[in-house]
Parts: sequence; structure tokens; C-alpha cells
Amino acid sequence: MFEPVLWSIIVLGGLGAAFGIMLGAANKKFHVDKDERIEQVRELLPGANCGGCGYPGCDGLASAIVESGAEITSCAPLSKDNAVKIGEVMGITVGDVVPKVARIMCLGSEGNCANKFEYDGAKDCRAAYAAASGFKACRFACLGLGTCAKVCKFGAIEMGEDGIAFIDEEKCTGCGRCVEQCPQSSIAVLERNVDVYAGCTNIDKGKAVTQNCTAGCIGCGICAKACPFEAITMENNLPVVDTEKCRSCWICVEKCPRNCMLTTKPDKIAFIDEENCIGCTLCKKACPFGAIEGELKEKHRVTEQCRGCGLCVEKCKKDAVHLIQKDTLPS
Amino acid sequence: MEQFIRILAILLSSILVNNYVLSRFLGICPFLGVSKKVPTAMGMGMAVTFVMALASLITWLVQYYILEPLGVGYMQTIAFILVIAALVQLVEMILQKSSPALYQSLGVYLPLITTNCAVLGVAILNITEQYNLLETVINGVGAALGFTLAIVLFAGIRERMELNPAPYKALDGFPIALISASLMSVAFMGFSGLAIG
Repeated sequence: MFEPVLWSIIVLGGLGAAFGIMLGAANKKFHVDKDERIEQVRELLPGANCGGCGYPGCDGLASAIVESGAEITSCAPLSKDNAVKIGEVMGITVGDVVPKVARIMCLGSEGNCANKFEYDGAKDCRAAYAAASGFKACRFACLGLGTCAKVCKFGAIEMGEDGIAFIDEEKCTGCGRCVEQCPQSSIAVLERNVDVYAGCTNIDKGKAVTQNCTAGCIGCGICAKACPFEAITMENNLPVVDTEKCRSCWICVEKCPRNCMLTTKPDKIAFIDEENCIGCTLCKKACPFGAIEGELKEKHRVTEQCRGCGLCVEKCKKDAVHLIQKDTLPS
Repeated sequence: MEQFIRILAILLSSILVNNYVLSRFLGICPFLGVSKKVPTAMGMGMAVTFVMALASLITWLVQYYILEPLGVGYMQTIAFILVIAALVQLVEMILQKSSPALYQSLGVYLPLITTNCAVLGVAILNITEQYNLLETVINGVGAALGFTLAIVLFAGIRERMELNPAPYKALDGFPIALISASLMSVAFMGFSGLAIG
């Protein structure tokens, strides 16, 4: 009576053993050597699979780094420490990793930029762009349907109520996925130390811009003329900021008649420590805004003209001038 | 000629009339899980086709040359699971070695198929329908083509739904996907009037 039980055990055991042996043999025969560095590099990559590097996910970049010598720095979310560690795995030194961040380059919210027709299609910027290059009066404007927010793997983009995307700088890694998907190029990935940029990508001039948008850059060049450090040049009717020359004085932000120069950093101001100041007037001479008062051998004072460019800090030989945040001025 | 018509009938039946996903409700898991984009759905479909044809063949041989002669036909289910799992593993290894390109495109989907109940369903139904070897393979290929058809069509629908909000926020995502899957199933019921041979 135990025969069927016995047979079932034998059959299943036999099948299992046969398959086991077969798989074992196949594993030997079809063994593929894998470079173990790929696994190590993969561990050090962020693992977000954002695709910003242009390879299919982090696995793709890991094998590209090991096998075809792709740049380690092509991974934007990669932290500096991990970049160095990957360099160690690969036996190469890594250049500077400049942290980046995505910025919305458009101020054409509903109030500023009108719609040229009523759009009632799919709620996706790419779909809206397919219908007559978008429904905004300005052909460069952010369409505000949230494609960037949808594709962001880090949850760093939200759609503001005014119909313009808003980027959470803390969460943004600068991977550039949103830039790729934005049909209007209203987003750009900039280096994090760029703290002033134009909130407009319209290359048209004057009237063509004002007809469509109340906030667009008209290419007037006032910012370029106002800049005391000649850090701004006009290209295609848009200002381009040279980060090496820019000293974050933000006179351009203030002078812009369209209020489309944007800045993200808090305002700074110079502060003179009277104990160290010997009244040499070096700072006074250096100041491009005439914001430092006080005669020779008198204690100097900073007036309201100060824009926090920091030239005086560099010139002072007694370490008496510091840059502080504007609203934390010691009384 | 009669044989040819019978084979054609089996093929059409497994692709359209008795579509394994939409009429028999087998393999719903990958149908919902891997149908967000058409290319991935296509990849999954190809991998399933590959495995289903092979699994049909081997399980038929196991049933008629091992289980039945030994009088343990009731062990079908567990033995077939074993066969399919081992087969998928083996296919994966062979592909990785012999055709890295195919492995790259099927790679992720192959292990998923181990637990695809449509594969097991086809294997068991082949035996219950008492198909011969040729009919078994045809049924396996047909079932897989039907699966591919369903999942690719569904992925096309989901790609469009992705862009548009559902009528109610609570329906967004999976709920609306399930509703459209059921509507697809209703549409496929229209093929049940198709009678061949």
C-alpha cells in the first residue's frame, strides 16, 4: 500500500536531483566571468536609476565606467566621497565634482503670461507642446503641466499654484532628467555656486517679449551695464553671468526693469570690527559702491550702500571686515 | 488537412477566444506589473513566448514518459512547477553565455516567469485537453502570443492613461488600470462567437 507514496517520493526526488545536477553542470559550463569591480562601483552609485547620465540606470553606468571608461562625474547625484571611492576602485583620480542644481528659468505664471488658446488635452507638457508648440503666449514659457515633477526621481519638483514648477533645492541632485523631458527648456541645470541667473529663456527682443509676458527678459542689457565687475554679458538677448567674476552684489537683480534676474542666496553686508580697524582707507578705496565712510586714521563705517560684494574683506590687512547676513547685523 | 484545421483552431482559440489573460484570467500578475510601457511589455511577452513553448514541450514529455508510466499522474502540478523553475534557470544561463544581446533584452523578465501561473496553466491544460505533442507546442505558442497581445495592448492603453487624470482622484493608478483591464476582457469576449473546424 505504500507503493504510490514511495513512487511519488522517488519521482519527485529524482526529478529534483536530475534538475539540480543539470543546473549545476550548466552553471559551470555557461559560467560568465563578471568584473567584480562593476558590483563595487554599482554599490557606490546612488542607486536612484535617474538616467541623468544617459545610461540605462545605475547598473548601466557602473558597467560603462568599468568596461568603457565612462566619466565618473557623469553621475550628477553622486556625492564627492563616493566619487573618490569609485576612483579608488578604478585606480584613477577623480576631478572636482561640482554640485549642481536644476533651476526654473521662467517667470511666466498665469498672471504674467497669457494663454494663446484654451488647452484641454492630456495633462502633460510634452503632449501640450505637440499641439501648436504649447498654449502659452510666449513660445519659451513653462507650460506648468508638471511633466518635470512627474519624471523627477527625487521628489524635488512640485507644481506651484501659479502654474510654474518649483524646485526644492535640498532634494534636487542636478541629475538633469527634468531638463531632458521639458519640451520648452524652461529648466536648466546650473552649478550650485551660480547664485544669480535670468528667469527667462526668451531670445526675442523688446516688444516681441513685452507683448506676451510681463516678466520676460527684453534683452535691454541694463544688468550688464550696471554690473561693477563686468560679470554679465548679453548673448541672444539674454544675460549670461560669468561666475568667476560675479561677486554676488546683486545690483543686477535690483536694476532689472523686468524683475527677471533671480537670486537664491540671502543678502549679505560688510561689517567692520572697530577693534581691529586702524583707519587705513584700503577698504574705502576698494569699494565700488562708495559704501564705506570714514577718513584716514578714523574708524570706518559701512553705510546702506553696501551690497556685500566682499572686495573690502579681501583688501583689509587687519582682518577687520567680515561679510554677514544682512538681517543679523549686530547692534 | 483535417489536422491542419485542428491546429489552426487551437492556435486561434488560444490567442483570441480563450486568451489566457483575458478569458482564463491566468498570468494577471505580470499583466498588471509589467505593463506600464510598451517596450517592456513587449520584452515580457517575448520572454513568456520563449519559456511557454519550451515548457509545454518538456512538461508533455514529463507527463507521458515519466509520470504516467509510473502511475503518479496526480503529481502533475508539483512536478510541472519544478520543471518550469529549472527550465527558466537553465534558459537564463544559456542565454547569458550564448546570446548576451538577447539576455540583455529579456534578462529582467526571465526570472519573473518562474512564478507566472499562465505557464503552469498552459502546461496543465495541455494534458487535460489531451493534446498530442505537436498540438501541445502549438497551444503553448498560441497562449504566449495571446499573452503578448493582451499585455502590449494594455500597456498602450496605460501609457495614454498615464498622461490623463482619472475621473476621480481615488481611481488614479491601479484602480483605473484594473477597470480598463476588465473592459478589455469584455471586448475579448466578442471572439467567443468565433468557431473554426
